[in-house]
Amino acid sequence: MKTTFPGGIHPPYNKELTASKAIVEMPLPKRVRLLLQQHIGAPCKPLVKKGDVVTVGQKIADSDAFVSAPIIASVGGEVAAVDAEGIEIVTDPEHSRFTGQAPKYDTPEDIRQIIREAGIVGMGGAAFPTHVKLSPPEGKEVHTLIINGAECEPYLSTDHRVMVEQGEELIEGIKILLRACGAQKAIIGIEKNKPDAIENLSRLCRDEENIRVEAVPVVYPQGGERQLIKSLTGREVPVGGLPLDLGIVVQNVATAVAVHQAVNLGRPLIDRVVTVSGRGVAEPANVRVRLGTPIRDLIEFCGGMRDDAVKVVNGGPMMGKAVASLDDPVTKGTSGILVLTEAEVRIYEERTCIRCARCVDACPMRLMPNYLALYSRKSMYNDAEQIHLFNCIECGCCSFVCPARIPIVHYIQKAKHEINSKRRKK
Amino acid sequence: MTEKLKVGPSPHILDSRSVSSIMWDVVIALIPVTAAAIIYFGLNAVFILLVSTLSAMIFESLVVHKSLKPKKVLGDGSAAVTGLLLGLILPPSAPLWMAVVGSGVAILLAKQAFGGIGNNIFNPALVGRAVLFMSWPVLMTRWHQPLALDNWFADLVSGATPLGAGSASLIDLVLGNVGGSLGETSVVAILLGGIYLLLKGHIDWRIPGGYIGTAAIIALLTNQFSLEAVAFHICAGGLLFGAVFMATDMVTSPTTKVGRLLFGIGCGLVTMYVRVFASAPEGVTYAILFMNALVPLIDRYTVPKTFGEVKK
Ligand code: SF4
Ligand code: SF4
Repeated sequence: MKTTFPGGIHPPYNKELTASKAIVEMPLPKRVRLLLQQHIGAPCKPLVKKGDVVTVGQKIADSDAFVSAPIIASVGGEVAAVDAEGIEIVTDPEHSRFTGQAPKYDTPEDIRQIIREAGIVGMGGAAFPTHVKLSPPEGKEVHTLIINGAECEPYLSTDHRVMVEQGEELIEGIKILLRACGAQKAIIGIEKNKPDAIENLSRLCRDEENIRVEAVPVVYPQGGERQLIKSLTGREVPVGGLPLDLGIVVQNVATAVAVHQAVNLGRPLIDRVVTVSGRGVAEPANVRVRLGTPIRDLIEFCGGMRDDAVKVVNGGPMMGKAVASLDDPVTKGTSGILVLTEAEVRIYEERTCIRCARCVDACPMRLMPNYLALYSRKSMYNDAEQIHLFNCIECGCCSFVCPARIPIVHYIQKAKHEINSKRRKK
Repeated sequence: MTEKLKVGPSPHILDSRSVSSIMWDVVIALIPVTAAAIIYFGLNAVFILLVSTLSAMIFESLVVHKSLKPKKVLGDGSAAVTGLLLGLILPPSAPLWMAVVGSGVAILLAKQAFGGIGNNIFNPALVGRAVLFMSWPVLMTRWHQPLALDNWFADLVSGATPLGAGSASLIDLVLGNVGGSLGETSVVAILLGGIYLLLKGHIDWRIPGGYIGTAAIIALLTNQFSLEAVAFHICAGGLLFGAVFMATDMVTSPTTKVGRLLFGIGCGLVTMYVRVFASAPEGVTYAILFMNALVPLIDRYTVPKTFGEVKK
């Protein structure tokens, strides 16, 4: 590897809990709750009402906004409730058997339309609508498609398993993505700690002229879009810009598989693979689960929680969100459900910054997290923006290394939020 | 199944390193110099270091916790570091009350008056030494020859520091068998501690590197390129001790990489300026304190270009 990004950390990975476990399919949940906003962009409006009977794969909520993705019924059955945030369906197995047909398509625009109608968003966690990412604006050419198989978050192993078990489907998906965005070549970037995935995909790509696999160093956040681009191409996405500015589109491996299923099989996004892990769950596993499944059911399927479990996280331990209620559902962006014990999430008291500069050295965006946190705490938002507050990707490296246990990311989010809401008011 | 779930901001896992684990690491790094001080200066060293360290810890605990429970006195280790550092830069013959006064100045005036750990601008131990030096210049410059190893319980014999007298054999300088402050004399012991801190990631090579490098270049230029003079300037007068243990104090040094290098270079420049033009031996103390004052400015003007920032 010639280059990689600045900073970064080596947290305990804990991937061995699930990395070698084959994906298992969870039986249909009794009911699902599908949130109207599972993606970045405009929330959807329901297309069904209480009492309607829907079949699996049916579009049940949509939006006119460009940056949005429709919500698809992940099971069939009767709509039990529609509220401001989501739609609940009581599962009827009769209506939950999927019988789709491969759609016809011709142009890149057709493909993007199919992807949109299938409700596909980035499945690595950010959940940005995929068809939007594949639509380069006027005058911008895409030359390279990067497939993100870094999976740098500790514990998570969904992308890893998909690359090992669904390699063929992944390659088919990449071919469609290449057509949809007009790129000439695709690079699959995988962290070196997944040798079986690297080997499997290298073998499958042997006869593919324009798809190649590259192993990248194991350092968090290697799977950050900007970081992976830097590692693979040596180039830095400009501040405030997008990978598109460099002629690059990045898609996650699970997203590519979903694209294959939607375009080649006519199967919209109704399920995903979730790593259920952490020392607080009885049997850690990689589970294929219907979207909208309550987190409680998923944890039950994995043997339930241990007594010393204290925190449940939706996503990875570095960027995921703490779950307040086990009734919350799995969404399109849920890559993991972590049940963490007291020993895993040590909770400390915040202290004064001792200016050790560990956060500065760890920041992959070459920011000064110590000053960002300070300015946020003192409501000095202009100063925070001056030192590029908005270039922060909220990766959590700074908070992780801070010996004073300052929740730096929390302060950064607060500052971003304050500035944005002030702007909106104007 | 427990339903009282903890919620809180990401990330949900944290590194095991804490403020106090770092501070105790610094104490560990000071063990070689402490040992050297005791070997060369005997029981005087033992008493001075004990008194300076304990009094710093007690002052801190009284101010911060208003308590003298053993656990509170141990605290986060930062007072122990300050007290030990202060003791190590006192002359071997310093009376014990001076150690108490020095620690008091360091903890109460230089640290707590500024708002406690993390908020002080100046290196507390150096402030302590500077105040002692200004108040009792004679006591602070009564240097002594190290004890003969076969006569460890003897009284100290007064002598000059090599920087003051201008001569000492290089071998003695490296081993520390010369006059000087308690902890400043043994090059080997200082380097051992420095290497430990570097390996642990608690100090950045840019500060001692910039400091020593700059001092070496100036010594070379002002001494007709005599390598011996260079070695002498670096090994004597507490420069090495200051570069490794004092200038690197996290709280009072810059947080940017470029800033840390500039800070080190600045320390070297001021030290050598004081030594060459003002011919005062206290160059190291004042150089570092002077550069401490510039830290906010250095940080502000050395903010790195953020990822993807267009080069202007
Ligand atoms: S969260 Fe932001 S400031 Fe902190 S390390 Fe990541 S990019 Fe840097
Ligand atoms: S890591 Fe924490 S203590 Fe160290 S400089 Fe950053 S904010 Fe301050």
